[in-house]
Amino acid sequence: MSSDAPKGTLPALGPAKAGGGAADFLLTRLEEMVSWARKNSLWPFPFATACCGIEFMSVASAHYDISRFGSEVMRFSPRQADLLIVAGTVTDKMAPVLRKIYDQMPEPKWVISMGVCASSGGFYRAYHVTQGIDEIVPVDVYVPGCPPTPEELIYAIMQLQKKIQSGEKSRDQRSAKLAAERIS
Amino acid sequence: MTVATEPALSPAAERLRGRLAGTPLAGRCEVADRDLPTIEVSPDAWPSLARFLRDDPECRYDLFVDLFGVDNLRRPGQKSRFETVVHLHALARNEHVRVKIPLPDEKKPALPTASEVYPAADWFEREAFDLYGFDFTGHPNLRRILCHDAFVGHALRKDYAPGQRWFFAEEDMKAPEWATHTDERAGHFETQTISIGPSHPATHGIIHLIARLDGEKIIRAETNIGYLHRCFEKMSETHQWNQIVPYCDRLNYVSAMINGVGFVRTAEKMLGIEVPDRGRLVRTILSEFTRIMDHCVCIGANLVDIGALSNFIYLYQNRENIYDLIEACCGARLTVSYVRVGGLAIDVPDDFVPRCRSLLESIPLFLKDVQKLVDNNRIVRQRLQGTGVVTREQAIAWGLTGPMLRASGVPYDVRRARPYDFYDKFDWDVPISNEGDNFARYLVRIEEIRQSLKIIRQALDILPAKGAVSSDDWRVVLPPKDAVYHDMESLIYHFKLVMEGIRVPPGERYEWIEGGNGELGFHAVSDGRGGPYRLRVRPPCFANMQAFQKMVIGGTVSDAVATLGTLNIIAGELDR
Repeated sequence: MSSDAPKGTLPALGPAKAGGGAADFLLTRLEEMVSWARKNSLWPFPFATACCGIEFMSVASAHYDISRFGSEVMRFSPRQADLLIVAGTVTDKMAPVLRKIYDQMPEPKWVISMGVCASSGGFYRAYHVTQGIDEIVPVDVYVPGCPPTPEELIYAIMQLQKKIQSGEKSRDQRSAKLAAERIS
Repeated sequence: MTVATEPALSPAAERLRGRLAGTPLAGRCEVADRDLPTIEVSPDAWPSLARFLRDDPECRYDLFVDLFGVDNLRRPGQKSRFETVVHLHALARNEHVRVKIPLPDEKKPALPTASEVYPAADWFEREAFDLYGFDFTGHPNLRRILCHDAFVGHALRKDYAPGQRWFFAEEDMKAPEWATHTDERAGHFETQTISIGPSHPATHGIIHLIARLDGEKIIRAETNIGYLHRCFEKMSETHQWNQIVPYCDRLNYVSAMINGVGFVRTAEKMLGIEVPDRGRLVRTILSEFTRIMDHCVCIGANLVDIGALSNFIYLYQNRENIYDLIEACCGARLTVSYVRVGGLAIDVPDDFVPRCRSLLESIPLFLKDVQKLVDNNRIVRQRLQGTGVVTREQAIAWGLTGPMLRASGVPYDVRRARPYDFYDKFDWDVPISNEGDNFARYLVRIEEIRQSLKIIRQALDILPAKGAVSSDDWRVVLPPKDAVYHDMESLIYHFKLVMEGIRVPPGERYEWIEGGNGELGFHAVSDGRGGPYRLRVRPPCFANMQAFQKMVIGGTVSDAVATLGTLNIIAGELDR
């Protein structure tokens, strides 16, 4: 059951339509269950380019232990990952690589931008640095800090889990929808 | 009437002048004494001078350290707009020399390549071409190295706007010429060309290796770098001296503290100020802890690559413990920004010494565990022994420094060769190995961790319990906050320092220290304003990485992965 089915084919969530019938009730529960499963098994692709990558290693190793949140299964193939963690500065030379990796990830997919460089270019207001990865890919959670502490990244993952549980669509799905509307 | 006489030259410069006098180069170069003996030479005489400096029995400047450009557009009174600066080192005598090559033609700055004399010059020349547009005639592969292929202009020229970006798409990516055709045949296999990286688990950071394989054997390889070129040198031209410290931390972010120390030492030498002993000892202690962290991550990540995950977790725990100490000192874990020109940002906490001593207890325990698991492990031995071999001659020719050079049998450590701070007061050894393979580099790093612990122990013994950590020259160091609020003069100094920056006297200077990966040097040019006119960092990773594409030839792809791990490439320092 995918959550990105177009509106109209399946009854939507929400108090107005909830309790309308047995099928509705069952569907809502299933969606929730899927979200619950998804949020607790986020498989990250660590796109670690710079200093933030070292803090990401801290999050992954024994002291902070990201596996407590179900996201310890690092996938180095984008085709097996559903969470892209961009940890570090992305330069203009790296930007096409990032986009390609993002495009190769199956849906639904989420993006965490770790650190100010990934979020806005940081203090590198310079000729070779992408001023925020949202120039290239849609971002779900931004984590400030240079680099963010491991606690901050864990908090970001928890925020993302909350978002997934609430049924909110990922930025990827929303931007795809917007693009489709714009074309039609 | 008195005639002004030239000041006497230093013995090194005098010897250079004497040796040069008997050669055809005599009239074509001038020897002067600045912070280093400096030879000025015209572009056309440069290759023969390079050959002379390398081969002359009394010169023997065998290690190629650095090559970079300077743009004098906004610095009046210089001979020419562009100049190339080269640093060389004589291993036998522990001496540096600087060669300056002013380029007369402003429109088309050009000079002959020195890559035939010094193979290590290859990438440095490509960098100067990329960032300054210098044409190195005769260079075998003169194309951009740091900036992307769709870049227009030369970023470090003074008339290039710091924020001017150029759009780069996948179609613009260029492969090296040899990788574009596949007709090459070797042995009985058809060769194939593979691309590893830039986003690959084994490349730690972002490095792109293009390799041609015959079966499993690599027969040709080329590394693409620049994926993390964050414009450090341009940024430092637009900032004040102290504002550059955070940028320095992000060069080699695995050992951030050492970079900052290296940078502020250059500024301090130019200013001629002294840092109190306590400040210098705290710097030494934290630098050595940082070196331990650097080696721990290098060894740990290398072992992960060859399939030994638990060692990484053990070694990384050391790092977490050292983070606690550093966090107590300055509030940050990784990128510390703890040093300032003239001392440290703030004093260390009261429990600094007991914290350090408890780390001295815990680190050897983790090391012991790892050595028990690794040293006689058959898989580790098979993967690391005899792979990625660099002979002594190759290591010197390729300009390697740091643990890589020492694992090939050359005992060059800046802390020993040109002791700074208190390194000549401590009792410690420079570990070397003669094997030159990956396992030798692992052993050298493990032993260096032990030597660092030894240094820290001695530094803690002589650390004064109380006292200032920073100089009290208020033209350089911010006055204490209390004085700023209650004393007019301190307020003025504070205001001037924050608004205008430190006034470093005009001139240039090269200072170098032992970084986590080798000789880490900062060459600063000041024109008397609040920030450097030009700041060049000599990144040890850059030369080490250059050797990689030659080291992997003849090995398998899995050997290349193990070799890359022991090189300890940190992209922030490699690409700056």
